[in-house]
Amino acid sequence: MFILEHLWIIPVLPLLGAAVNGLFGKSWSQRAINTVALGTTGLSFAATLELVREFRHLSADQVPWLQSYFTWITAGNFRAGFDLQVDQLTIVMLLVVTGVGWLIHIYSTGYMAHEGGYCRFFACLNLFMFFMLILVLAANYGLLFVGWEGVGLCSYLLIGFYFLKQSAVVAGKKAFIVNRIGDFGFLLGLFLIFWNFGTLDFKPVFEKAAGMPADGFGQIGLLTGIALLLLAGACGKSAQVPLYVWLPDAMEGPTPVSALIHAATMVAAGVYVVARSHIIFVHAPTAMMAVAVMGAVTALFAATIALAQTDIKRVLAYSTISQLGYMFLACGVGAFAAGIFHLMTHAFFKALLFLAAGSVIHALGGIQEMPQMGGLRKKIPWTFWTMLMGALAIAGAPLFSGFFSKDLILYQSFVSPYGSRILWAVGIAAALLTSFYMFRLIFLTFFGQPRYDVHAVHVHESPRNMLAPLVVLAALAVGGGWVAAPVLRGGTDHFKEYLAPVFASSKAILAQAALAHPVENEATLEHSLMYVAIAVALAGFLVAWQLYLRRPEMPARLAETLHRAYTLLRNKYYVDEIYDYAFVRPLNWISTRVLWQTVDERGIDGSVNGLAHVARRVGEEVRLVQSGNTRSYAAWVVLGAVAFTSLLLWMTVR
Amino acid sequence: MVPVSYYIVLSAVLFGLGVVAFIFKRNIITMFMAIELMLNAVNLAFVAFSRMLGQLQGQVYVFFVIVVAAAEAAVGLAIIILIARNRESLNVERVDLLKL
Repeated sequence: MFILEHLWIIPVLPLLGAAVNGLFGKSWSQRAINTVALGTTGLSFAATLELVREFRHLSADQVPWLQSYFTWITAGNFRAGFDLQVDQLTIVMLLVVTGVGWLIHIYSTGYMAHEGGYCRFFACLNLFMFFMLILVLAANYGLLFVGWEGVGLCSYLLIGFYFLKQSAVVAGKKAFIVNRIGDFGFLLGLFLIFWNFGTLDFKPVFEKAAGMPADGFGQIGLLTGIALLLLAGACGKSAQVPLYVWLPDAMEGPTPVSALIHAATMVAAGVYVVARSHIIFVHAPTAMMAVAVMGAVTALFAATIALAQTDIKRVLAYSTISQLGYMFLACGVGAFAAGIFHLMTHAFFKALLFLAAGSVIHALGGIQEMPQMGGLRKKIPWTFWTMLMGALAIAGAPLFSGFFSKDLILYQSFVSPYGSRILWAVGIAAALLTSFYMFRLIFLTFFGQPRYDVHAVHVHESPRNMLAPLVVLAALAVGGGWVAAPVLRGGTDHFKEYLAPVFASSKAILAQAALAHPVENEATLEHSLMYVAIAVALAGFLVAWQLYLRRPEMPARLAETLHRAYTLLRNKYYVDEIYDYAFVRPLNWISTRVLWQTVDERGIDGSVNGLAHVARRVGEEVRLVQSGNTRSYAAWVVLGAVAFTSLLLWMTVR
Repeated sequence: MVPVSYYIVLSAVLFGLGVVAFIFKRNIITMFMAIELMLNAVNLAFVAFSRMLGQLQGQVYVFFVIVVAAAEAAVGLAIIILIARNRESLNVERVDLLKL
């Protein structure tokens, strides 16, 4: 029971690593830095595994397991404690964060070996792990918000890692600011929670929320308000439409950062918060609808943009956004377990894809544009095979991890009382596009003739410390979904079963809603939907195969014919430009012209300077009185005395 | 018997002379004497009023004023001597800087 008693060990270890590396690492060798960074995160992972073992011995009524360490803030009735809690959802998140995080740390030792700022990189990476662990372990919204903001900070630091590069700096700021917009809503949500429930601790909040009557559809009650505000925060952190714009730009950071933060963990925070607050969401059908629609729209929208991108990391970035959309879709239709399941499998295969893409970039000495790749299959076989596993998983090839989770989401979006055929259709369309753009990526990168300068670029397979995480992640990407495999034979979904206690409180409401939407022939329906999903995945693959392998001249011709659509996608629907005109420029104008030049310079500076000016002018005039001549002073004294005496006389006479 | 108003008028005339002398004279010693004149004019007024009201406070004040005037004369004359040494002049117009 050691780790259960001392939950703080898990997050504090990476913090220690960050502190040691950040403070002293500058003069150390890479080996020493590796030892600290990998040691602390590895120990944290080991502690998590031990936690899982101990957690199994807890009885059902001891979950969620709560540990209070100290009180962080007290003000009146408000108390925010450093309280950590563990339940099944936390366990899953912990395993993903520490496990995948550790693998990415190992990979980074190879990837970053020739980069400057080695200790800074690992310090930030460890700090990120710390905040992410705080986020998932927190037992109240206050502490959760600390982790929430902390990962945002680390994201900023790591995106802007190459701080001499203008684009990286701008991307870092963009990520931070866009996240802040969401955080604003999130914070308002927290205020609303505290205002109404008098506490931010999960347990009382959820218990009280469970006892409240559900809002009707289209009715904006208290819980709907809270849910929508929380959703705004989740939308920023998890890069959903309309706040997704920061994520593609975040690819300016080193590739392991993209893998760790922008694929596997941080962006999952939004999904985690929605799943954690499930009881609030199920009481707010309008918010559920918003979550589902936003997820579906994002899934399709981002997938279409990914079609026309040529930068290998950007394709993956948009694919991340699209997959996050699936998770939101799942949460929005009440299938929280399915959303978390997809979060987990996505963490495996997207980390894998990013790391493999990093390996490709590493092999080519920094080339990221797919039109300059090609024919790498034989040269870097390990990278190719592992990346292929990742691509198959994300495309939803049968029996790969992504297949199970995505299938579950699509099925739920079809049958759930909150779902609809439209949501399902959008999801299927996104699945088709996913399969297409992933194999487009694979074919452009690994097949065909080399399009890079064969003499100038010396292609080499990555070192072993980069390949090992790839292999492990590939294994997870293939087998990570098998816990849900019995579903295929009509059995139980072990993952859902495991998480069931977490989502038990919202089960009643979901069941009630389900009564109004009876599903007929559940098993047949499930199988037929599954076949559709497999069919579209296959279709996507075949189209990509036809276009990019058999007739490589076709895509250019197609782009020519569909010139308009192609340019639109190529330029990401001009969303950045629209935002620029709609928000950034007006804000800049107001800040410069109104706030800076008028209010600040004229108003505030003007009044202060004006007062100083008046004082100086008066002083200049009055100065002349002080002549230094004794007799003039005497004259003043006499004048004063005469004046005063006259006044007295005048007053007595009157 | 001489009425009190005579003393008061004499006191006022002396005081006025002192003020005028203080303002219009340039010699420091003369100005100093003007101050003494004003002080004594006031003393005269004190004594006159004291006598008129039949009370002693006024006369006690006069002693105070005489004591203070003596002390002031000592300090003032010392300063005047220093000024005279440094400036080699007793013209007050030339003492318009704070530094010697």
